[in-house]
Amino acid sequence: MSKVISGPAYVVQNNIDTDQIIPAQYLTLVPTIPEEYEKLGSYALIGLPESLYPIRYVEEGQTKTKYPIVIAARNFGCGSSREHAPIAMGAAGCQVVVAESYARIYFRNCIATGELYPYEATVALSDKVKTGDHVEVDFDKDEIRTPAGTFKLKPLGEVKPVIDAGGIFDFARQSGLIPAQEK
Amino acid sequence: MTLTEKVLARAAGKKYVQPGDNIWVNADVLLTHDVCGPGTIGVFKREFGKTAKVWDKNKIVIIPDHYIFTADSLSNRNVDILRDFVREQGLPYFYDVIDDPNGHWIFDKSKGQLAKQYGSHFAGVCHTAIAAKGHTRPGEILFGTDSHTCMAGAFNQFATGIGNTDAGFIMGTGKLLIKVPETMRFYLEGALPKGVMGKDIILHIIGEIGFDGATYRAMQYEGPGAYNLPMDDRMTVTNMAIEAGGKNGIFPYDEKCAAYVNERTKLNGTKSDYQPVELDQDQKFIYDKVIDLSKLEPTVAQHPDPGNRALAKTLDKVKLDRAYIGSCTGGKTSDFLAFAQIVKGHTVKIDTFGVPATPEVVFDLKNTQWDGKSVWDHLVGAGVTMTENASCAACLGGPVDTFGRMNKPMSCISATNRNFPGRMGHKESRVYLASPYTVAASALTGHITDPREYLS
Ligand code: SF4
Repeated sequence: MSKVISGPAYVVQNNIDTDQIIPAQYLTLVPTIPEEYEKLGSYALIGLPESLYPIRYVEEGQTKTKYPIVIAARNFGCGSSREHAPIAMGAAGCQVVVAESYARIYFRNCIATGELYPYEATVALSDKVKTGDHVEVDFDKDEIRTPAGTFKLKPLGEVKPVIDAGGIFDFARQSGLIPAQEK
Repeated sequence: MTLTEKVLARAAGKKYVQPGDNIWVNADVLLTHDVCGPGTIGVFKREFGKTAKVWDKNKIVIIPDHYIFTADSLSNRNVDILRDFVREQGLPYFYDVIDDPNGHWIFDKSKGQLAKQYGSHFAGVCHTAIAAKGHTRPGEILFGTDSHTCMAGAFNQFATGIGNTDAGFIMGTGKLLIKVPETMRFYLEGALPKGVMGKDIILHIIGEIGFDGATYRAMQYEGPGAYNLPMDDRMTVTNMAIEAGGKNGIFPYDEKCAAYVNERTKLNGTKSDYQPVELDQDQKFIYDKVIDLSKLEPTVAQHPDPGNRALAKTLDKVKLDRAYIGSCTGGKTSDFLAFAQIVKGHTVKIDTFGVPATPEVVFDLKNTQWDGKSVWDHLVGAGVTMTENASCAACLGGPVDTFGRMNKPMSCISATNRNFPGRMGHKESRVYLASPYTVAASALTGHITDPREYLS
C-alpha cells in the first residue's frame, strides 16, 4: 500500500496517558458494540487538561475530529492497557500518530486492532509543529512534511502489514496462522 | 538466560530465546475484568463465531472489580455480559460480586453508597485477588487485560497486561505472539529501615530510570534484599513495573514465594503443581544496578507522573486536601496495618478514604485486635472514611458516584500507583503517590509528611 495521509495536526506533549486519551468514566462503553464505538470517538483525548490544551481534539457535540494526524512527544499512551485508547482515537478519525516514543501496550494495541499507525519520530516534532498546522505523512518515504520542514520517521517495519490488514486477526488469517472465518 | 527469558522459552517449547525474538507462547492463565472483559468477549465472538468455545475453561479467570459498586447502568450491564458469558461457557473461575444470579443491586440512597452486599464468591481487586485465590504460580505465563497484571511477577512468573484484541485471540487459541524483552536487573542489598516500605523502593527506582525507563523491558529483582522482602512488598514492587513502562517485573523463587502459593492453591483448590525458574549463572542485562535498601527514605512521586520523585521530608510545604489508601498496590492488609500504626489514637486533619483491595482485607482488619479494639475501629476512630466494598474505587476515577473520587480540583496523597492528570477524577486535580506510612502521616498533618517521626 502506498499512501500519504495529510491534514491538520493536533499536537500534544510528554506522557499523554490513557486516562487523558479516554478517561476512565467512559470505559463502560464497549468498543465492539457499534453505537458505543462511535461514542468512544466523541470522547477521544477529552481527558487533556483545558489549561494546557484549550483546543479540543473533538469538538463538543461532534463524533469526528478535524485532525487525522496526532503529533506527540515521549511515552504516548502510557498508563493502562485499555484498548479503548487507540480505538477512541481511531473512531474519532485519527489515522496516524507520530510520537517520539510510545508506551508498550498502547503501541501493541494499535497493531492488534489495526486502528491507526504508530509512527516514531526522530526529532522532537511537538516543539516544531502547532495544532492546526497542515502536515503530510508519507508512508513510502517514511517522512513527515510540516511547515517547519521535512523530517524522517522510523520505518514501521513488520508492524505495517498487520495494520494494513486491519489488525492481528485479519493478518493471522491472511498468513494462515488461524483458519479463515466462516461467514 | 534471565528469569523472563527462561519462562518464555519454556512456554514457547524452545531451549533458548534471546531479546528481540518474536515467539508464540502458550498462556497458562488469562485474566480479565468488567472493564475489558465485555470487549474481549466481543472480539472473541466476532472472530471465532457466536457459538465458539474458549480454548480452556480452567485457564480463564474473570474478576469484576473496577466499576461494581455504582448505580451506573452501563457499568452494571457490563457485569451482566460477563455473567452471561460465564454461564454459556461454563467457566469455573468467575468471582461475581453478588450472589443474585440476575445481578440485582440494592442502592442505599440515604447513605449515598451501596450497602455492603458482596456475595460469597466476590474476590476484590483482580491483581490482589488472583494471587489470593490461587491462580498465580511460579514459572507460568499470565496475561491479563489490565496493565497491572505485572504484579504477579512477584511469584516468579511472567505476567503482563494486554489489550482486548490480544485477549480475544488468546481466548480462542491459548496462544500469543510476543517479543522477548531485554532484562534490567535491580540487585537489592540490605533491609528496609523503619518507616520505609516496598512502595518506596519502586518509587525510588522509577525516579531513577524515569517514567519510560523500562519501556519494552523486563525488570528483574535479585540479591539478599529481594529475598528479605515479604511477598506483599514484592507485589507492590512488581505492580508498578508498568509505571516505568516495563513489560513485566519478576522475582526469583524462594520459600516465601512457595509458602504463599502453596497455601493459596490449597485453600482454593486450584492447580497446585508448578515448575519455578531458577537463576542462571549466565545472564545478560541491558542495565544492572545495585540498590542498598538500608539507604532508602520515604519517597513521593509528585504530580503529574510516577517518575517525578522527591523525598517526603523535602515536601512539607505541599498542602493537601485529601488522603487515600487502597488499590492493588496499596490496599493489602499489610498496607492498612502500616497505615493504622500511624493514625491510631490520632485524628486525621483532611478527608481520608480507605478502600481495602479485597473482602479478605476487610475481614483481617475487623479481626485484628489492637488494645482490645479492631484495627478497623481504630481507623474509623481516627476519622478515616472506610468502605467495606473492596474494589478499585477512586484509584481510577470511575463514574462520578465512585467512593473517594475527586469531583473537583484538589490535591491528594495516595497509596495507589498512578498520578497522571485526571487519574483519580477531576482532570485539574493533583495526586502525590506515596507509601501507606507516608499517606497516613500526611493525613494527620494536612501536608506531605515524613512518617518516621510518627513511628517510635
Ligand atoms: S486498583 Fe487501580 S491500578 Fe489496581 S486494578 Fe484497580 S484501577 Fe487498576
